[in-house]
Formats: sequence, C-alpha cells, structure tokens
Amino acid sequence: MTRIRFQQSLDELKENLLVMAGLAEQAIQRAIEAYRVRDLSICDLVSRSENAINRLERDIDQAALDLLAMEQPMAIDLRFILSVIKINADLERVGDAAKSISDRVRSMEQMGTVELPVDIPRMATLSSEMVRKSLQSFIEADAEIARSVLTMDDAVDAMNRAAYKALTKVMEEQSHIAPQALNALMISRALERVADHATNIAEDVIFWVQGADVRHAKSVAKQAKAQAAAAAAAGNTPTP
Amino acid sequence: MSAETFKFRTRMRTLTDSAVTALSILATVLVVAPLVAIFAYLVFKGASSLNLDFFTKIPKPEGESGGGMANAIVGSGILLGVASLLGVPIGIGGGIFLAEFGRGTKFANAVRFTADVLNGVPSIVMGLAVYSLVVVQQKTFSAFAGGVALGIMMIPTVCRTTEEMLLMVPHAVREAALGLGVPNWRSVLSITVKTASPGIITGCMLAFARVAGETAPLLFTALGNSFMSTSLNHPIEALPLQIYIFANSPYDDQHRLAWAGSLVLIVLIVLAVSLVRYVTSRGVLKGAS
Amino acid sequence: MGVGIEVKNLNAWYGTNHTLQDINLNIPANHATALIGPSGCGKSTFVRCLNRMHETNPIARVTGSVRIGDIDIYADAKPVQIRRRVGMVFQRPNPFPTMSIYDNVASGLKLNGYSNRRVLDEIVEKSLKNSALWDEVKDDLRKKSGASLSGGQQQRLCIARALAVDPEVLLMDEPASALDPVSTSKIEDLIFQLKSQYTIVIVTHNMQQAARVAEKTGFFLNGRMVEFDATHKIFTNPSDKRTEDYITGRFG
Repeated sequence: MTRIRFQQSLDELKENLLVMAGLAEQAIQRAIEAYRVRDLSICDLVSRSENAINRLERDIDQAALDLLAMEQPMAIDLRFILSVIKINADLERVGDAAKSISDRVRSMEQMGTVELPVDIPRMATLSSEMVRKSLQSFIEADAEIARSVLTMDDAVDAMNRAAYKALTKVMEEQSHIAPQALNALMISRALERVADHATNIAEDVIFWVQGADVRHAKSVAKQAKAQAAAAAAAGNTPTP
Repeated sequence: MSAETFKFRTRMRTLTDSAVTALSILATVLVVAPLVAIFAYLVFKGASSLNLDFFTKIPKPEGESGGGMANAIVGSGILLGVASLLGVPIGIGGGIFLAEFGRGTKFANAVRFTADVLNGVPSIVMGLAVYSLVVVQQKTFSAFAGGVALGIMMIPTVCRTTEEMLLMVPHAVREAALGLGVPNWRSVLSITVKTASPGIITGCMLAFARVAGETAPLLFTALGNSFMSTSLNHPIEALPLQIYIFANSPYDDQHRLAWAGSLVLIVLIVLAVSLVRYVTSRGVLKGAS
Repeated sequence: MGVGIEVKNLNAWYGTNHTLQDINLNIPANHATALIGPSGCGKSTFVRCLNRMHETNPIARVTGSVRIGDIDIYADAKPVQIRRRVGMVFQRPNPFPTMSIYDNVASGLKLNGYSNRRVLDEIVEKSLKNSALWDEVKDDLRKKSGASLSGGQQQRLCIARALAVDPEVLLMDEPASALDPVSTSKIEDLIFQLKSQYTIVIVTHNMQQAARVAEKTGFFLNGRMVEFDATHKIFTNPSDKRTEDYITGRFG
C-alpha cells in the first residue's frame, strides 16, 4: 500500500480525536454525577479538564489543516478530515455544556434541595448515551449505529420542552423556589444541547462513511409527520 | 580522502585532460594535413599556369604551347548537370520511399540492399555497363551517356543519406502534421523532408563532389573531345578526363595544364558546394512554403 | 461551437494487445472532460481513437463506433477529414522546427491549400489571442522560429496551431506535464476559456488538474472505463472502490 505516512497521519488524527472524545464524554459523566450527588469536588475536576479539551481542539484543527494543505486528500480521506474538524468542534461544545452544568450545580449547592417536576437524571442518561453511541459509530465507522443516534434526539427534545413548560410554571406559581427551577431549566437546556451535538457527530460520521449529507433531513421529515398529525387531530380527511 | 591524495588526483586528472586534448589536436592535424598539403602543392604546381587562356581556350595540338581547358570545364559542367538531374531526384525519391512509405517491407529491404551494392560497383565497371546500355544503343559516345554513368553513381549516396536524415526527424513533428489533418504525402514532403533538408542537401553535395572527380566511368561513355562541344549527343571533354590524358602525355606543356586543371577542379568543387550551402541555408531559415 | 462525442462499444488493439475493452461513454459538448488513470490504462489510446491517430500505427485496429456530432468517424469519413475537425495537442510541445511562429500557426491551413494572405493573417492573430500567446509574440511573428520559444510558449503555440483550423473538438494528451507550474496555470486558464467554444477532452496524470478544469471525469483502468461522472463526485464520493483507491493514492 502506498502513502503509508499519510495513512499514519490519518490514524494519528483519529487517535487524538478519540482522546478528546474521551475527555468530553468524561466531563459530561462527571457533571451529571456532580448533579446527582451534589459533590463540588467533582465540579472542580470538570473545570480542570476544560483546558485540556480546548488545547486539544486547537491541536486537532491544526493537524487537520496541515493534512489538507500537504496531502491533497480526496474522496473518503477528504470526507474523513472534514468530519474530524466538525466533530472536533462539537466535542469542544460538549465540554462547554459539561462545564455549564457543573456551574449550575455549584449555584444550586448554595440553595436548598427541592423537589422539581423534571427528570434530569433520565435526560442525562439519554444524552450521555447518545454521546457514547455517536462516538462508538465514529470508532467503528458504522453508519447504522450513527443513524440510531439520530432517532434518539426526538425523545430528548420532547423532554426538554416538557421541562421548560413545567419549570416555567413552577417559576410563576412558586416563586420562592424560582432560582432552583431556573438552574434546573438551564441544566435541561445544556443536556438538550449535548444531545444535539451527539446528533451532529452522528451526521458527520454518516457523511464520512457514506458521503451522504443527512443534516436537517430529519427536521423536514418531522415537519411532514407533524403536519399529518395536526390534520388528523382536526378531524379533516388527511390529504393524500 | 586526505588533502594530499586529493591534490595528487586532481593533478593527474588535469594532466590526463591535457594529454588527451593534445592527442585530439594531433589527430585533427593528421587528418587535415594531407588536404592542406595537396592543396598547397597544387597551388605551387598549377597556379603559375593559370591565366585567362586557361579558361577560354581549348587545348592546342600536341607539341604546341599555350591553349587552355575551356572545353573540359564546360564539359564537366554539362556532365555534372545531367548527372544531378538523374541522380538527385531518383536518390531523394528512393530515400523518401525507404524512410516513409516502405518501412519494414521486404521490397524496401531489397531496394536498400541494391543501393548498397551499387555503391560498391567499381567506377570502371559502371562505365562499361553504361557503354553497353547507352553508347552501343545510341551508336555514339555522348555527354548524355557520361552523365548517365555519373548520375547512377550518385544515386546510392543520395538515397542512403536522404533515408538517414529523414529517419532523424522526430516522430513528434510528423504526428503534429498528421494531427492537423494533413494527408500523409503532404506531411512527408512539406514537413518531414523540409525538416531534414539540410542533411539531404549535404548528401547531394557529397555525391556531387565524389562524381565530379571521377574519370574511369567517362572513358567509355563521354570519351573526351579536344574541341568545345555543348551537345548532349556527342562526345564531350571533362576536367578529370583531360587531366588524366595530359598527365600521361610526354609534353611538359600539357603537364603544366594538368596541374592547373587539378587545382581548378578542386576549387570549382568547393565553390559549387559552398554556393549551394549558402543559397539553401538562407532559404531554410526563412521557412516560407 | 463544440459538439458532443458518443462512444459505443469501442475496442482497440495494438497487434494482439487488447488495449481498450468495451468503452461506452458520452462526452458532453462545450465542456471539458478529463480522463485519469494509471500508466498504461488506455486513456491515451482512447483519445487517439477519437481522431483516428491510433491508425497511424500499422498494427492498430479498432471496432465499435465513435460519433462526433452527427458523423460516425470510422464509417462515414476519412481520417484526414476527421483530424481537421478534431484537433490534438501533444504531451511534448512539437512546433515545426523549420517554420516561423506565423507559419506554424498557419500550417494547418496552408498545408491544406488555403493561401489568402489577409484571411490567414486574421486567423493567425485570432488563434494566438485565443491561446493567450499573442501579446508575447506579436512583434516577432515571422522573425522567430517556432522552436525558439520557451516550453510553455511552445505549448501555447501548438494550441494556437490546433485552433487555427477551427476544430469542434480539442484533444489534449497531458498538455501541461512537461511544463512548470506557472505555464501549467496559464494552460489551465486557457482551457477554461476555450470550453465555451470547443469540446475539450484532456488526458492527465495530475488529478488536481482534472479537478480544476473538467466538469466530468472518466477513470480508466486496464483498458476499461471504470467510472464516468461529474468531477466533483468522482473526487469527493466515487461509486467504485477502484476509483477511490486510485485517487486516494492507495493503488499498490
């Protein structure tokens, strides 16, 4: 096989991205754990890994740029490097979301624990599962696993919307626990963003492996489904 | 490598270089010397006999002094003219055929073989052959027969040189012409032959210079003629022929004329070749079709 | 204006060597089409079948049909006629060494019998302008010989020479491979401009060049055409694994 050095560079790029992925995934897990057990020392860990993640983002982008300039990659190699650059950005945002969650946990620590009508742990599990799966699809270059991630986003979106409704109601009616509700809302938002980033990563993997651009396709399909459901609910005969 | 070894080897290399250069110069001198010597000797022996009479008068009867070789000069000119008219077109045509149209065919190989054999035929034999083919048929010795003999001798040289020069034209040039939709024959004539023309002309000049000095083929064809003649159907004199006869005669006058004739022969050949070179080199650079 | 080229079941042999097997493709008019592939894959042979230069080799043989515009170039016409409609530029610039720049450009016309001086002057100027060489040589048209120009200029001269006979198709066999990067860029820009008037087929080893100038690209391998598609698709997401292996340089 020719271009051995190039192949080694590509392998190295993948390795580094996986290191970054590991850090980002770990940050999310820790942030969620911090929420569950309200342990501030875990929040510190999350803050520290933020620097490592940012540095890795710069290094990976630079390496990708060099490969594009020096090696004139084509077809699958070109798609791979483009995907790496995009996944790189998404992982850095996941790290940001983790930090955001851990900051919320710190604020909530100073307030009392209250019962809130929102299942943060379940959202958290779903979101981190999506991240894990999307990274697995990248490691194994498996488009099917990536597609399964895309279908999970709906559930997280629904949960986030429900949380928004419930928590705004709480903030209106029980203003004494409004700060906690607000923080919970922001955590819910952060988790929803994490799910979105996982979706992006999955779409990038599909682009790399199959050359298909499946972004925003789901929303079109979703719109079509929603229109059909609304028409049925209004009792009209659904137009064929 | 130490500095001493390096210096030693460098000096050896320089010495070798100088030695080989000296040998090359020596070799060149050895090659050119005979030519210079001959020419110098001819000038020494013959220049004194050159005067206007030489170029304008025909030979006086034996024993009398004076006279010239005007008839031989004119005769040589006519003979070479006929020879070139015969030898150059056939030779170039043959060369074009061998290089462009018959490559690889058995017929072409036979033609090439024939040309090489023809080249090796002794000139006296050539003269005898033309004697029986032309002189006997026409029942007269003639300038025409002499020209034919010389012309046939030109053919192999012109043909082979033409073929070599055409083969040296790069294939890319031919392809360029073909790619423009130029028919093959036109491409050969207007492009390939034109590109090779300096070499082809050189080949013609070589053949010309060679036959200009031939004597044997003329013995039984042109025969020789003491009087001025410009007719193609009668015997005619030629410079080398005249020189041969005068050199063998017992008279000093004629010996002197022979030396002068030799000098003139060589000078005329050189002039003819130079003239053709000059005229054609200007034409080639212009490249007008 | 250019015309399209339709190739059906083209097979070519050099003696017993089956150099092209079952080539089928449609080359669009007024576009540049690139042909890529490893050495010996048949792309040069293919291009030479399009102007019947393949036949100049005595052991060459062709079956199948090639239609350029509305003419089957093997059944309906003679090679000389076809080559006046399909021009060719070769890998190494080959201007006629004994001719001036002017005569080189006009050679295709002069050798085919045109002699009207004024018309020739116009055509020579137009061709040299179309090949981006006019400004550099307009003062030396008859004084300088074609061979005295630089490599890049010589190649543009050959392009002008090919354009002067007003072909409909221009075949270019690795036109820039013997040139430096600046000359290569000039030739590529030229191809871009010429596309609107001619149909261009360009054989190239340089994939980046194919990507830069051609709308469609065909990948040849071992005498077959493996894939023929829009250039951007071939280079971002080719359908055939062999194409991908070649363009990513994984070819063993």
